[in-house]
Amino acid sequence: MSADLVVTNLRAGYGVSTVLDGVNLTVGAGEVVGLLGRNGVGKTTLMSTLMGWLSPSAGSVRLGDREIAGLPTHQIARAGVAIVPQGRRVFAPLTVENNLRIAHKGSQRWTIERIFEIMPRLAERRRNRGDQLSGGEQQMLAIARALLLDPALLLLDEPSDGLAPSVVTQVMEILASLRGEGLSVLLVEQDLHVAFSVADRILVMQKGRIVHDSTTEEFRSDGERGRRLLGIA
Amino acid sequence: MFGFFSSNLITVVDGIAFGVLLFTIALGLSLVFGVMDVLSLAHGSLYLIGSYIAVSVSTAFTPTLGFFVLALVLAVALGSLAGAGLSFLTRPLASRGHLDQALLTLGVAFVVGDLLAQQYGREVRTVAPPSPFDGSVSVFGSTYPTYRLVIIAVGLALAIAAYLVIERTKMGALVQATVADAQMVRALGVNTGRLMTGVFAVGAALAAFGGVLGAPILNAAPGLDNRVLILGLVVVVIGGLGSVAGAFVGALVIGQVQTLGVSLAPSYAAFLTFGAMALVLLLRPAGILGKGRLA
Ligand SMILES: Nc1ncnc2c1ncn2[C@@H]1O[C@H](COP(=O)(O)OP(=O)(O)OP(=O)(O)O)[C@@H](O)[C@H]1O
Ligand SMILES: [Mg+2]
Repeated sequence: MSADLVVTNLRAGYGVSTVLDGVNLTVGAGEVVGLLGRNGVGKTTLMSTLMGWLSPSAGSVRLGDREIAGLPTHQIARAGVAIVPQGRRVFAPLTVENNLRIAHKGSQRWTIERIFEIMPRLAERRRNRGDQLSGGEQQMLAIARALLLDPALLLLDEPSDGLAPSVVTQVMEILASLRGEGLSVLLVEQDLHVAFSVADRILVMQKGRIVHDSTTEEFRSDGERGRRLLGIA
Repeated sequence: MFGFFSSNLITVVDGIAFGVLLFTIALGLSLVFGVMDVLSLAHGSLYLIGSYIAVSVSTAFTPTLGFFVLALVLAVALGSLAGAGLSFLTRPLASRGHLDQALLTLGVAFVVGDLLAQQYGREVRTVAPPSPFDGSVSVFGSTYPTYRLVIIAVGLALAIAAYLVIERTKMGALVQATVADAQMVRALGVNTGRLMTGVFAVGAALAAFGGVLGAPILNAAPGLDNRVLILGLVVVVIGGLGSVAGAFVGALVIGQVQTLGVSLAPSYAAFLTFGAMALVLLLRPAGILGKGRLA
């Protein structure tokens, strides 16, 4: 299951302060798009708005042939959007198993057994509470939870943040293995290595707008421009 | 120790029965506050409505077990409707903080209290226990009213059932997840608004159920609603938010403080309950069984 995401002129913010200042972007069906940008440019705000945690003040979000901007979060989720949020937000008082159980709505493609095959570490920790997991285990759990919803569009907000290099590699492998599943992915990532290795296309955000959109190949070919866009001196 | 225990046994058992009744109120309060973040001060009124249902049924019919069960069923039905109603009533105030919710639900409590007083009068109304349990039995050599033991048994069963639902079922896991992070639960496609209405309805039904159950020992009278509400709130503070086991332990503690404590130290009666609460707040701010998560 996949669908393309078309975001047009999306505006959102907190109270009077506007953060998203007319975002335009697309994620094609089955495409993996990496979203880069310095701290505080509005990447997480974009993710929250796409998930319906924040209501847009203007603009459109189409998933396939459905307009989802302004819908309540649970309807956006049912339309096929799942999020692996910044900070992971696994349910601390629930066991690993229950964290997964409440996400699984009967998908045949993604089952808890399959998750345990791909992420054996979660199987070992199935009876542990969410707050007893390491950062890497929590990240795996957050990804697993999102997959069990069998989404058409997966939003990932800095999945490598704060993880040891070996764990980052594991997360990358899992993201790479999702390719065959045909789902569309919008990946916010500070770690260029991760973004380059999994994304087909790279977007760069500055001050609430998308200022660059190209294939990953093309973005990498001009290192000078990339550093300038990301403010890496 | 044993001498003390045997001479106070009746009081201790009374305290357990009272604690079990407090549990029916406190569990609802704790879930509603924990899950919905709504402070419902109308919860004592739900209890009192249950007690007056018991009064009506027992004056209209003979106090057989069948009619007592009828009163329980009516109370649960009316209680869940009232709870769903309260959840809709408080929803527009969700973003306005606990004080506004407290004022609204306190207003509802006043109105309900007045309506009940108009209907049933200001004097104390008594309810006979259902006939099979109207006698007394011998407990370790002392005679003891059978019905209070029934209350304890029913309360224990309720506590175990509630614990199993919360800890062992998918629905219970959803409720716990919503207490922890409602926004994230919505991102799993769950309509938390509907879940919250359900929890409110169950919490309210529990209180009304407790009202019927407790009527034969606590009677029904104006003011009882406030008394059980305040004690229920103390139990929630002692037990910790959103925790079934916490509400149970807290209710048993306050049950003992209210009976044994008052019988041993009558001059400190008014102080004891809140003294116990203050002590818990000082030593374990998240409640006896709280997991350090303060909402
Ligand atoms: N809840 C909030 N209330 C008010 N302002 C906020 C809130 N969350 C974020 N902001 C502000 O909105 C702007 C964008 O924040 P956002 O979290 O979207 O950035 P980001 O690109 O995800 O940053 P990072 O890379 O650090 O995660 C920042 O100026 C931030 O201070
Ligand atoms: Mg961010």
